[in-house]
Amino acid sequence: MGMTMTEKILAAHAGISESTPGQLIEARCDMTLGNDITAPIAIREFTRIGVKTVWDAGRIALVPDHFTPNKDIPSAEQAKIVRDFAKAHDIVNYFEIGEMGIEHALLPEKGLVLPGDLVIGADSHTCTYGALGAFSTGVGSTDFACAMATGTCWFRVPETILVELKGSLPDCSCGKDVILKLIGDIGVDGARYKSLEFSGQGVSSLSMDGRFTIANMAIEAGAKNGIFGVDELTTAYIKESMESGLRKDEFTVYESDPDARYSRVITYDLGGIEPQVAFPHLPENTKGISEIAEIKIDQVVIGSCTNGRMEDLRTAAAVLKGKRVKRGVRLIVFPATQKIYLDALREGLIETFVESGAIVSTPTCGPCLGGHMGVLAAGEKAVATTNRNFVGRMGHKDSEVYLASPAVAAASALAGKIASPDSV
Amino acid sequence: MHNSETLLFEGTAFKYGDNIDTDVIIPARYLNTSDPKELAAHCMEDIDREFAVRVRRGDIIVAGENFGCGSSREHAPIAIKASGISCVIAASFARIFYRNAVNIGLPILECPDASNGIGYGDTLFVDLSSGTIRNVSKKRDFFSHPLPPFMQEIIHAGGLVERTRLKMEEK
Ligand code: SF4
Repeated sequence: MGMTMTEKILAAHAGISESTPGQLIEARCDMTLGNDITAPIAIREFTRIGVKTVWDAGRIALVPDHFTPNKDIPSAEQAKIVRDFAKAHDIVNYFEIGEMGIEHALLPEKGLVLPGDLVIGADSHTCTYGALGAFSTGVGSTDFACAMATGTCWFRVPETILVELKGSLPDCSCGKDVILKLIGDIGVDGARYKSLEFSGQGVSSLSMDGRFTIANMAIEAGAKNGIFGVDELTTAYIKESMESGLRKDEFTVYESDPDARYSRVITYDLGGIEPQVAFPHLPENTKGISEIAEIKIDQVVIGSCTNGRMEDLRTAAAVLKGKRVKRGVRLIVFPATQKIYLDALREGLIETFVESGAIVSTPTCGPCLGGHMGVLAAGEKAVATTNRNFVGRMGHKDSEVYLASPAVAAASALAGKIASPDSV
Repeated sequence: MHNSETLLFEGTAFKYGDNIDTDVIIPARYLNTSDPKELAAHCMEDIDREFAVRVRRGDIIVAGENFGCGSSREHAPIAIKASGISCVIAASFARIFYRNAVNIGLPILECPDASNGIGYGDTLFVDLSSGTIRNVSKKRDFFSHPLPPFMQEIIHAGGLVERTRLKMEEK
């Protein structure tokens, strides 16, 4: 019987020749990750295990990105726990502000994730790296703690849903619209405990940044991981990212067998996907932009591990160029990493943002999780390129978040209401 | 009542709906601490202000589909456990919450029938080892699959950290 990419990667890391859905395995990790919210608990638990040293100081990434630059004294104390631990254990991949970025944009950019890898992260959006043909999944702090000690983690091998993509996207749409459409169709638990594998000829028309966005939100359908095959675009990306020299090892490219088992096959013609908006308070409450009545907004947030990459900033800047944000609307742009920030600066995008009336933030998760820099008051509405619109996600429990692409977000900032990019 | 030897629990049901996410279980604004007691004080407050005030040691959360969806924050099961909840019963669980609960030794049972047949305030009796859930108030029994042996082993060890410590000591 054939195997899927995910089954092959899991089997290879468990040291077995075959793995089947439902099987419980213990597998070796290539990279492990924690942030300023999840690592302090992991460090406490790591100490309780009683080992003196970490399993491999080069295969642990610590990225304080959620409440940094520290928003208050308690968050400064949490970040300090991470910093002290990184120093004590010579953690190579510890990134302080000035060199950091939002973890899921930073790790691929720094070449810390390679195709065929098995990566766990104490953050649910660790599934982002599936765009590179790796198996990556979010776990909890305890898992991360034990992996720091042993280099291994337990898994239940997931069933796989195949998402077959055909054609290419219309001009106004991007990866975000593909994943929002899928979540709208299958629901926030449509892929629960499962793997989402994206394949088909349509994949080649998706940019790397678009693929990251799609894999990033696999968790919003409840999936364990989202994964893409490796093509020329992936290889070019990897080649550039490996120049950092942080990972020198060879990598293995896995492909699903033609007779691999899928629990379900879903097919999309990309050409038919218009910009999508997910209404409060679940990512599955999606509507096509053409079906939306007037919704006035107070704030627009462009950034995050979902849509804070170069392509996203370029798209937003193209919509905003030479125009002014509607009076009364606050537009916050936060590039996902220091490198993206600098590239955007050199390309003149930052100037476009500031001229349009936006503010631009240093890389941070801040507004995405209602942490700092852009917290909403009761009754306020925001359009965000982030990934979650749960009750209270961006602030007050009576505020509302509408999820959309960078193009729709930028257009909405100009219009003062949710708007299609071709209407402004 | 909480008897960890036999894994028997008795308590009052706190009943919630589908897709209870981790932002609701413990909002991000409280994640600048990892102190279980402080987290417990804010558990569920955005959908149930009464929860933290009324919950008693041994009580049981009962919910619908996809309980614990959203972020990987272990603060969510930690807040629930520290609030005194002995066990969470749901029609289904989001996967990261599921593994986090197992890893920290918070007992969970997946049982759609129980989720439908239990109301807010019902008195429940749970036998984790057999997966039996008795609704004492409504005089009905429900049966769920017990956790797979591998996960029972983790819970029996007292959590993944204890299991790992034992394994590392053997080496
Ligand atoms: S940007 Fe948002 S979703 Fe991404 S890691 Fe940060 S808080 Fe989580």
